[in-house]
Amino acid sequence: MDVTNYVVLAAVLFAIGATTVLLRRNAIVVFMGVELMLNATNLAFVTFARMHGDLTGQVLAFFVMVVAAAEVVVGLAIIVTIFRTRRSASVDDVNLLRG
Amino acid sequence: MFPWLTVLVAWPLVGAAVVGLSALVRRRTGPAGGGTGLARPLALVFSLVEVGLLVGAFLAFDTGAAAEHQLAEQHAWIPQIGASYAVGVDGVGLLLVALSVVLVPLVLLAAWREQGRDEVRLRRFVALVLLLEAFMVAVFSARDVFLFYVLFEAMLIPAYFLIGGFGQGAGRRRAAVKFLMFSLGGGLIMLAAVIALYFLAVDAGVDPRQAFLVGQLTAVDLGTVAERLMFVGFFIAFAIKAPMVPVHSWLPDVAGNATPGTSTLLICVLDKVGTFGMLTLCLPLFPEASRWAAPFVIALAVVSVLYGAIMAIMQTDLLRLVGWTSVSHFGFIILGIFTFTPLGTAGSSFMMLNHGLATGALFLVAGFLVSRHPERSQKIAAYSGLRSVTPVLAGTFLVAGLATLSLPGLATFVSEIMVLIGAFGGSPAGSAAWAIAAIPGVVLAAVYVLLTYQKIFTGAPAAGLEALPDLRVRERVVAAPLVAGLLVLGLVPSLALTYVDAPAEQSVAAVTAVDEPADAAAQMGSDK
Amino acid sequence: MNDVIGLAPWLVGFPLIGAAVLLLGGRATDRWGHWLGVAASAASAVVAFILMFRMIGTPPEERAVDHGLWTWLSAGGLDVDLGLRLDPLSLTFVMLVTFVGTLIHVYSVAYMDHDVDRRRFFAYLNLFVAAMLTLVLADSYLLLFVGWEGVGVASYLLIGFWDTGRPSARENAVAAKKAFVMNRVGDMGLIAAMAILFATVGSVSFADVLPAAGGLSETTATAVGLCLLLAACGKSAQFPLQAWLGDAMAGPTPVSALIHAATMVTAGVYLMVRSGPILEAAPTAQLVVVVVGAVTLLFGAVVGTAKDDIKKALAASTMSQIGYMMLAAGLGPAGYAFAIFHLLTHGFFKAGLFLGAGSVMHAMGDQTDMRRFGGLSRFLPITWITMGLGWLAILGIPPFSGFWSKDGIIEAAFVPVDGQPWRAWVFGSVAVLGAAITAFYMTRLFFMTFGGRRPRWTENQHPHEGSPLMWWPLVFLGVGSAALGAVLGIGGTFTTWLEPVVGHAEHHEPVLPVPAIITVTLVLVVLGAALAFRMYAVALVPEEAPRGSFLTRAARKDLYQDAANETLVVLPAHGVARLVQVGDRDVVDRGWGVLPLAVSWFGAMFRKAQTGYVRSYAAGMAGGVLVIAVVAWLVIQLGGGLGGAQ
Repeated sequence: MDVTNYVVLAAVLFAIGATTVLLRRNAIVVFMGVELMLNATNLAFVTFARMHGDLTGQVLAFFVMVVAAAEVVVGLAIIVTIFRTRRSASVDDVNLLRG
Repeated sequence: MFPWLTVLVAWPLVGAAVVGLSALVRRRTGPAGGGTGLARPLALVFSLVEVGLLVGAFLAFDTGAAAEHQLAEQHAWIPQIGASYAVGVDGVGLLLVALSVVLVPLVLLAAWREQGRDEVRLRRFVALVLLLEAFMVAVFSARDVFLFYVLFEAMLIPAYFLIGGFGQGAGRRRAAVKFLMFSLGGGLIMLAAVIALYFLAVDAGVDPRQAFLVGQLTAVDLGTVAERLMFVGFFIAFAIKAPMVPVHSWLPDVAGNATPGTSTLLICVLDKVGTFGMLTLCLPLFPEASRWAAPFVIALAVVSVLYGAIMAIMQTDLLRLVGWTSVSHFGFIILGIFTFTPLGTAGSSFMMLNHGLATGALFLVAGFLVSRHPERSQKIAAYSGLRSVTPVLAGTFLVAGLATLSLPGLATFVSEIMVLIGAFGGSPAGSAAWAIAAIPGVVLAAVYVLLTYQKIFTGAPAAGLEALPDLRVRERVVAAPLVAGLLVLGLVPSLALTYVDAPAEQSVAAVTAVDEPADAAAQMGSDK
Repeated sequence: MNDVIGLAPWLVGFPLIGAAVLLLGGRATDRWGHWLGVAASAASAVVAFILMFRMIGTPPEERAVDHGLWTWLSAGGLDVDLGLRLDPLSLTFVMLVTFVGTLIHVYSVAYMDHDVDRRRFFAYLNLFVAAMLTLVLADSYLLLFVGWEGVGVASYLLIGFWDTGRPSARENAVAAKKAFVMNRVGDMGLIAAMAILFATVGSVSFADVLPAAGGLSETTATAVGLCLLLAACGKSAQFPLQAWLGDAMAGPTPVSALIHAATMVTAGVYLMVRSGPILEAAPTAQLVVVVVGAVTLLFGAVVGTAKDDIKKALAASTMSQIGYMMLAAGLGPAGYAFAIFHLLTHGFFKAGLFLGAGSVMHAMGDQTDMRRFGGLSRFLPITWITMGLGWLAILGIPPFSGFWSKDGIIEAAFVPVDGQPWRAWVFGSVAVLGAAITAFYMTRLFFMTFGGRRPRWTENQHPHEGSPLMWWPLVFLGVGSAALGAVLGIGGTFTTWLEPVVGHAEHHEPVLPVPAIITVTLVLVVLGAALAFRMYAVALVPEEAPRGSFLTRAARKDLYQDAANETLVVLPAHGVARLVQVGDRDVVDRGWGVLPLAVSWFGAMFRKAQTGYVRSYAAGMAGGVLVIAVVAWLVIQLGGGLGGAQ
């Protein structure tokens, strides 16, 4: 197998995810972008684990999945709360941290 | 040997803690509803016991060897960075410790009714005063540069809260921040010098576990450039503390906004750390640099003398005015220190004590006056004709004022004349001319004191002030020791001079013993 | 002498204790306080008499005694013992202060009878006596300075005695402050002189400094001499520091008599005579002293001719008479004895004149305008006679006191110094001219008050003599004005008495024969008096002052001294002060304000990055990661991998 293909795919997925996070306003879509980036990372982990014949990468991928799941729980809860108070899921409406 | 200095430092700390805890006691046993609680009497008792301890320290002090640092203790503190807990006082240090310890009960008594009946504020106030007392005693006895630095900065904490939390001026918070910023700024520069001092000392072979002991550091040859740089670092911090023109800006704001008691402790005692530091750290640690900087320092000192006096004349606020007079007096003190004559230095050391008594008296009496005004106005123009209404207050104010203008017969005169006569024969270039230039300060002093007295106490009594009460017994008790001290020290100044004479000789000898490097300028160039 | 020397500290001690009791005792001592004050002063006078008689019985060469009390200050090479120096000079002054002082205390008991603050008045008077005695008894310049400023404070307190509760209260307070501040200007000189002396001789005590004066370089001696002269000018109201004396008349009249005529203001002359050896080593300084004396004696005399306020006229006269003493003090040993002699006789006759003026004011409801007096001789006979004696004395009519002392000064002024006859002619003529003007203004004062065919009183005046407490002191002073000069002057008794202190003066011939000087002086004096008599006794005196010539108007305004001070000193000083004030606020304080401003400017800059948009933070992160990655890649590429860095 050629590791390059996997890495390039992971990079492309990551780039799509990052672009989504940076450009989209809807919080749900931004969230999807984050998930996409996490999964791109997982792909890279698994690829390199396979390549090195070492399970560490695979274990890490499991960790990432668990964290991603937890994150989704908390993140969605926040988004729902914000949507309830503001009737909008746009991230640009939430700028309380402006200096 | 009994650790007098440690006890003198620890006792007010205990006092502050006990006063803080007294809240619990009152809640359980105190009368229900109001009452001012135990805080004030407790603090007063603690401060009076401290005076008793001070007497013990004086008895244990051998005046025959006033130049030695006595009552000394030394323990390892943080040996990893060379810091020790080393305390000890020479005659000058002991007098300044005495000044702090004596003024605290008077300030507590003067502020007896100042915070109204608000028990919580009151408790905080007296606890902070005791805390400040502990720091002041410690800083005047520190014999380790690191310990000195830590205390130098630690003092700011109670001082900051005393200024910002309890003053009567509207701008007190701002004044507190200004004070803190100036002091921290100076302290930061000093910190750099302290750190550099450590490394140079260790390089020169001083035991790294005790590298901050003043006694060790005086023997180290630092090299011209490093010595001058470190001198500047220390000096700026001390000049800010001592309020010296042009780094005095914080002082009038503090004086105008803090309570008179706070100003007394701050300006009459705490600021002496500046001049005390110049005398006991700058001169012995950096003798060559002191001589190098002396002409410049003397010039600034004389500018301070005249500048402070002129600004005092122009003030409309009584407490700010008293603050400005201190700028003028600190100028005299610095002039005496940096002209390197035994007479001038002894005069400066004595003046540190006298200024505390005289200006303290003036601040406190001015506070009594302000507290009588229906609106607690600090404006001089708000008063008039009070001599016939409150004769004792007027008389006390006048005596304090005359002490401020250094009237012969009072202690302040002795020290001022010693500084002037000494400075005239000083070794730095231009000493004589600068000493002569400082003499008009005595005329300006007469103007600002008598002009103020004239405006407040003469003429027809101002409307609404015709029935002000005269000084109460408590207030007389506050003023009496200060006035008596000024009189006694004026007639028998040798009581105090025996403590400062030998240290003055020694510090002058330390500075003049070093030969000025002939090629100082060239050396500076090559070192770069 | 040594058996009674232990009494000397009590000279100062009695009045000091009196003042302390009266000040600290407060209202509790109101009832008997004034008598305590009198007793304290009288006790000092008794001690002074005892010391005086013992000193007369001592051989002249043993008459100077230094009596050390305790080490006052000893630090850094300056050792000053608190000690008293008793010698004929100081004892002369002590006699004057305690004797005249006690008389004035007695007088004040009656004069201040109706004042609620009489006790405070006596406390201050006692304080003054104590300070004045410290001044003259001091054995060092430093202790002298204590008395010097002590009398300044007493004078301040007494000039401003009525500083509340009456319409002129604020003015009185201002006058008091003016006196103290102008004195302080002079005091700078004394401080500087002490500094120079310590730097050169290493001591400030008379016993060390005066014998060493001959060894000083002329520059040093001149500097010290001029500094001392500055001090003397302040204290003795000599040109150019004379402006405070007229205003000082705001104080109660006994104060003017004691402090601003008889004793304190002559302290400058005492200082000059005491420092004689220093001045003798500095001919330039001596010349300046003479010039200052000559200028002031004319200045005071001219001002005196135009004043209608009886106290201010007397104050101008005091200034002028002290000018004579200063002039004499600048003439060297020949003049010292006459300076002090005139100081002594002047102390008596001027105190008598002032107390007489007080008696007149007392009788006329505190009126001081001489244009509203007139014809008082019938109503105030004792005052009239005693003031008459003082008048003849100050005119210098033989055989009254002033003749013996003033004539001595005039003769001494006619003696050429260093073989320079021009000085003899100039200063001699000035002294004679001054005597003529003195005759004019004193005769004017005397006849405007007591003479005249018709009284010019305000409504409801019933003048009468005060109580015996007031007129007995007048009688004593009157007798002194009449006889003291002759008693001490005939045969040179007084000159011989002072010789142990001031040294023996070689006799030099004046440029004119002595009888000629006396004749010319007397003729001019009589002419001046006759002119005044014609103008103010024979002719009618208008109740409102006529506009007068340019010179009269100038003299009424003290030759524009206040305007000159205002323009030359106060305004520029105020300008400087304003400049400093504005500079402090706008340059120094604002300058430090720049630091926090700079910090907040930086803060404001970086604040803009905090948009609050999640996406921009995310972009920042992404960009940051990218930058780090690129940098890392470049480092690896250029450095040949991580290994290359080692």
